[in-house]
Amino acid sequence: MAYNCVVLVKQVPDTKRITGQAMNDDGTVNRSALPAIFNPEDLNALELALQIKDSFGGKVTVITMGLPAAGAVLRDSLFRGADEAILVTDRRCAASDTLATSYILSCAVKKIDYDIVLCGRQAIDGDTAQVGPQLAEKLGISQMTYVEELTELDGRTITARRNVGTGWQQVKTELPVLLTITGDANEPRVAAAKKIMKYKKALTPFEVELQIKELNPDADDSTVKELADRRCSALEEKGLLIKQWDLDFLEADLSWCGRSGSPTKVHRIQSVVLAAKESKDVPPTQEGVSEMIHELIEEKTIA
Amino acid sequence: MIEVNRDGEVWVFAEQHNGKLEDTPIELMGKARHLADILGAKLAAVLPGSDVKDLAPKLIHYGADKVYLIENPLLKDYQTNSYAKVIFDLIHKHKPQIVLYGATAVGRDLAPRIASATKAGLTADCTDLQIGDHKVGKNGDLHKNLLFQIRPAFGGNIIATIINYDRWPQMATVREGVMPPPEPDTTRQGQIVTETAVLTDEDLVLQILKEHKRAKKVNLKAARVIVAGGAGLGSKDNFKLIWDMANCLGAAPGATRAAIDLGYIDNDHQVGQTGTTVRPSLYVAVGISGAIQHQAGMSQSQKIVAINNDPDAPIFQVAHYKILGDLNVVVPHMIKAIREKSIKEENAVTV
Repeated sequence: MAYNCVVLVKQVPDTKRITGQAMNDDGTVNRSALPAIFNPEDLNALELALQIKDSFGGKVTVITMGLPAAGAVLRDSLFRGADEAILVTDRRCAASDTLATSYILSCAVKKIDYDIVLCGRQAIDGDTAQVGPQLAEKLGISQMTYVEELTELDGRTITARRNVGTGWQQVKTELPVLLTITGDANEPRVAAAKKIMKYKKALTPFEVELQIKELNPDADDSTVKELADRRCSALEEKGLLIKQWDLDFLEADLSWCGRSGSPTKVHRIQSVVLAAKESKDVPPTQEGVSEMIHELIEEKTIA
Repeated sequence: MIEVNRDGEVWVFAEQHNGKLEDTPIELMGKARHLADILGAKLAAVLPGSDVKDLAPKLIHYGADKVYLIENPLLKDYQTNSYAKVIFDLIHKHKPQIVLYGATAVGRDLAPRIASATKAGLTADCTDLQIGDHKVGKNGDLHKNLLFQIRPAFGGNIIATIINYDRWPQMATVREGVMPPPEPDTTRQGQIVTETAVLTDEDLVLQILKEHKRAKKVNLKAARVIVAGGAGLGSKDNFKLIWDMANCLGAAPGATRAAIDLGYIDNDHQVGQTGTTVRPSLYVAVGISGAIQHQAGMSQSQKIVAINNDPDAPIFQVAHYKILGDLNVVVPHMIKAIREKSIKEENAVTV
């Protein structure tokens, strides 16, 4: 039987390749110092969904919530083999914590016919690993976290191996289910040349509007809108329109979105300043090193 | 949703497997005791399981005033849904102000599920917890005695202090190994409160088919001295220097993520943000540049010796003893110095 998979992905700042200062002088995060990438473990989640489709058939839908620029990770998903991509974007999503994010994503996932929801174990900007389990709770389905191998998919039952830190566990449950996938689960496939050729022209309505504005700098709003609508319809016919959903479309309860839906607030952000400690320069000679060892023994740091 | 309840207790989730208490609830108990004392609140441990009552006095010895004991055969093995349900019910019954979980595989699977059901805030992987006040905006309300949930973010480049003031409880998972376990006091008295779990077979949605426990090859958390190597060692062969020095110091060998990715040593030895957090008496960092992710796991060490040939290596900023030089020269010097000292001491004993 075929399975419909929904994959939740996120565009994140590449926290391992920070250029310049991570923080602005006013204490905000300097996003320009952080190049945006596809969250690594979300690629593993997408790969697993594509493998399920390859073996059993079905459809792979990719959803991201983020700024309009996050359209880039959706195109990348299409290059790798996803069938459909949806951007959830709305100014009123700003300042959402993991609870509000999981609520908004649950509204989007509920619009789709799914058997399996897949997420990366965690995103490298926050490393919280919370949105997956919170989304499962909001959808009222069971969860299998830290999946490193899909062992079996048979009818409506799924068996997977979870990495539980101190070893592994093989668990079985009924669909629907939400899985969070670890980086060890697979080697994500690269984009296929043919699909790049096809989908490099895929755009979100927001991106279409930007293009129209660039091409027609003097056009008034209603003209821009008309041109954009026409262009979107043309793209949709060719299967090149990335869907864009806002909170109205999702029929989300606004009190659970954005700042008002987020119980956690930031009290303070500090740049990491390495504590200057009382330190000694030790010459790299036998005498220097022996002197230091002697000191460490004297003060009983080494027995 | 739970309203703000200033009289609520401070809770620690007492994670156990097969009747054996994990390290994290014990580590958490010291800090939680301190927080509860500042707030003038009671500290309670929440202990779900099957046949686990023997653990209750132990939790009291480590600082709990109360233990909520929830025994049921259906709680024998940890499962997300069943454990989340009993703790959710208990939170609604007693309305604690703070609930803490270890950021273990179980804690990070369980706490978000409970937070979502309770519609409460949850901060992941905290490295410190404090009590403090928060003012909303410039002229806004002042909220006193909140839980400051302190954690690194953006790959360790910033430290964020997170709070929640309008919905209770305040919940956090706390990284393993960052809080020193308190000394048990076997004379401490406390109250054991037996609670009933309302569960049916349908709450066990998973079938656990097989389990494989893998013994860790090294116990970094318990090591008094750690000798750790980084990519600067250059090869797996050369990494033997780390083993040699560790052996003569009776130390545990550690490593950076980079050294592990290069295949120098098994990932059980990893110190840092995605590995183990350690706080030994002595940490010797050899050929380690000191990326922020590594420092997150070792900067609490009492004494740090850094050996590196790059004067600008960030590790020198946290080191007590800075040795600028070729590790291939310095490490043999250190081994020789340690051997000579220990021989002298042996002689001293025989004389």
